[in-house]
Amino acid sequence: MILTIIDYGVGNLSSIKNMLKKIGVDSIISNKTDDLINADKLILPGVGHFDYGIQHLHESGLMDPLNDKVLQHKTPILGICLGVQLLTQSSEEGKEKGLGWIKGRTVAFDKPKLDGNHKIPHMGWIDIKGFENSKLFTGMYDEPRFYFVHSYHLQLDNPADVLATANYGYNFAIGIEHENILGVQFHPEKSHKYGMKLLENFVKYY
Amino acid sequence: MRRIRVIPALLLHKGGLIKSVKFKDYKYVGDPINAVKIFNEKEVDEIALIDIDASREKWGPDIKKIAEIASEAFMPMAYGGGITSIEQIKDLFYNGIEKVILNKAAVQNPALVTEAARLFGSQSVMVSIDVKKHFLKGPRVYTDNGKTNTGFAPVAFARQMETAGAGEILLNNVDRDGTYSGYDTRLIKEVAQSVRIPVIAIGGASAVDDFCAAVEQGASAVAAGSMFVFQRPHNAVLISYPTQQELKRKLYALR
Repeated sequence: MILTIIDYGVGNLSSIKNMLKKIGVDSIISNKTDDLINADKLILPGVGHFDYGIQHLHESGLMDPLNDKVLQHKTPILGICLGVQLLTQSSEEGKEKGLGWIKGRTVAFDKPKLDGNHKIPHMGWIDIKGFENSKLFTGMYDEPRFYFVHSYHLQLDNPADVLATANYGYNFAIGIEHENILGVQFHPEKSHKYGMKLLENFVKYY
Repeated sequence: MRRIRVIPALLLHKGGLIKSVKFKDYKYVGDPINAVKIFNEKEVDEIALIDIDASREKWGPDIKKIAEIASEAFMPMAYGGGITSIEQIKDLFYNGIEKVILNKAAVQNPALVTEAARLFGSQSVMVSIDVKKHFLKGPRVYTDNGKTNTGFAPVAFARQMETAGAGEILLNNVDRDGTYSGYDTRLIKEVAQSVRIPVIAIGGASAVDDFCAAVEQGASAVAAGSMFVFQRPHNAVLISYPTQQELKRKLYALR
């Protein structure tokens, strides 16, 4: 099994590799087309600005092979943080078009709906419930919680694509599951044993 | 239930961890990797790692050492100390750090805060503000481990940093550091009321009740050093962290 963490110059890649190593999974961090084409599973990480992410993906030359790999070959892919936002059609953060594999947009937190206790950027842990249908959460530990760092969140057109929702001032989608296309807004690689279990499940069941 | 981040702050000095009192009187705490492993087991919310020599000695972040520590951290880790350039920040993010903490650089070169926020998002840029009481002028922002008075009043500086693009403020009262006398809740209130970004209280905590007091005054998260590495009354080294039960009963129960 080859798991490639896509290196397009954005974000914290070694944290993901470290956690995978901890659960006994080898992975490669790469910006080479071959490593992408040969992969059995892909992780699309990312931290930062939406446009910066899309532009770097274009510049890396990985856009076409990535589209082919995910849409034609149906290789499982897990987007993390900015990586999941890039899967949507657009973002209020920028002007660039997203990958558009999933119908929906990435939107800014609706600040008027948040009270003073809910600051933006949202940084912190949320207890996640209601994801029993996804294999990503198979055998999850009790009271799972995950670490979030974001100012924008998913707004998906098709409720069936929503992996789970969480509450930060109001309910919003925290992830995507659509056939082989998966993604989470939070950082599994920074969410202790809960994140380890999620990554383990991605490797095992997809 | 609203979870509020509780963050151990670890101070790096000559390769080991130390803990200070009022930014002085360093006491050796132990090996950083060992400490991080223990904090993993305790499932801490986040760690702030601060190299207290890197700025003073002008050697910048020790990337190799930081990467080694971060590779053991399965929680978010912020790093501060000696950061002066975008290249260093990029390097830190590539090596397992989620957030950078800017202190002196934020005072000297606010454009670095802006540029880092533009490139990496404001959520990854924390500005730490060390406040000390000036005998004539009242609370002022200090740099160089509490030695240099910048002349800024805390509220004005916090606002300036928010405008510059900071995503969070780590608000420290130097006079309370390592004293177990509780947070400076007045300072927290003043700053938290004047910015929209999260303010993290640090300096003086000895118990979960102190966390609650800070949050009641507007802190979005709390950090502490001594409380997590020493056992009182004799300050023997013992790494600890509040239990989920206690946090849920007190801190997370706050409205």
